[in-house]
Amino acid sequence: MKKLTYTTALAALLTVAGLSVPVMAGSEDIVVEGAWSRASIGTSRPGAAYMTLRNTGDETVTLTGLATPLAMRPEVHETTTNAEGVSSMAPVGDITIAPGESVALAPGGLHAMLMKLQEPMKKGETFPLTMTFSDGGQVTVEVPILGIAARGPEG
Amino acid sequence: MQRRRFLQYGAAGVGALGLTLIVGWWRVEGPGAPEPAGQRPVSLSAMNFRLTDHEGNEVGPETLIGRPTMVFFGFTYCPDVCPTTLSDISGWLVEMGEEAEQMNVIFITVDPERDTVETMAEYVGYFHPAIRGWTGPEDEIARAAEGFRASYEKVPTEGGGYTMNHTASVFLFDGEGRFVTMIDYHEPREFAVPKVRRALTEEIEGAT
Repeated sequence: MKKLTYTTALAALLTVAGLSVPVMAGSEDIVVEGAWSRASIGTSRPGAAYMTLRNTGDETVTLTGLATPLAMRPEVHETTTNAEGVSSMAPVGDITIAPGESVALAPGGLHAMLMKLQEPMKKGETFPLTMTFSDGGQVTVEVPILGIAARGPEG
Repeated sequence: MQRRRFLQYGAAGVGALGLTLIVGWWRVEGPGAPEPAGQRPVSLSAMNFRLTDHEGNEVGPETLIGRPTMVFFGFTYCPDVCPTTLSDISGWLVEMGEEAEQMNVIFITVDPERDTVETMAEYVGYFHPAIRGWTGPEDEIARAAEGFRASYEKVPTEGGGYTMNHTASVFLFDGEGRFVTMIDYHEPREFAVPKVRRALTEEIEGAT
């Protein structure tokens, strides 16, 4: 019994140590570029935001979650188009960014899907989007809201 | 003299090679290319469906005959593919300028449950003014999709909502309603605009 307790304690200690040793390794090296989104019609439709995440460090970084006061359920989704030309969309879970690499959230591929909008996305405004990474670090960007017919960060 | 003969052979060789390349292109990528079986839309004159446009007019495939036509299926609750395609189409139309005024440009919803005439009117209003939105009863949408060989499917999402999987290609028809070609999603714009222009000129050259 006693031995088991020691083992558990040791495991717990190692787990804590394992998590805390590389304090904020990686996410501070993430650079977010070209963030933009499209205006919404009301709040009943989901919105989408796009950007490029660049890992300028030398550690692999994993994006594990999104948060924004604008939407109750923000998630990274991916659109895929099959050989028959049929497009579908699904959540993708965590996104891993290797050192020196970047991941583009762009129309027709990955996007930050903003579900359960709390207010309409109005052209000309911005909203904060917080990204949480596997090292516990967070990066918040102000995402500009462009017109519904925008094609990229330039409009 | 030797040299001249060599040049003649050379020229003939280059000519033969060029001809081979042209024939090859014609069969593989050009107008002589076989369309994938079963995926090619029928001609508009062979379709039969009744829908309502975003201004409340009764419309059907016959409405489109007489002008070249561009058709895209989607839904207004679509956050990514549909606004992207409609903005791409708007961009092509702007690039083509006056030529585009001779075309029908139709966005048909695959989600008539949410996309009413009023919803379609508001939505298409954000894109190029040539784009018209069509909706109607579910069974008529199904008949339209069948004619275009387009597919769609309702997919439940977490939280009780739903999204739609759907064919995201843009279909092009000539002025007589014959299918010309389609523009696949993600196709670069430098390929898209010439394809649209081909639909505009096809009736002069004679189609398939």
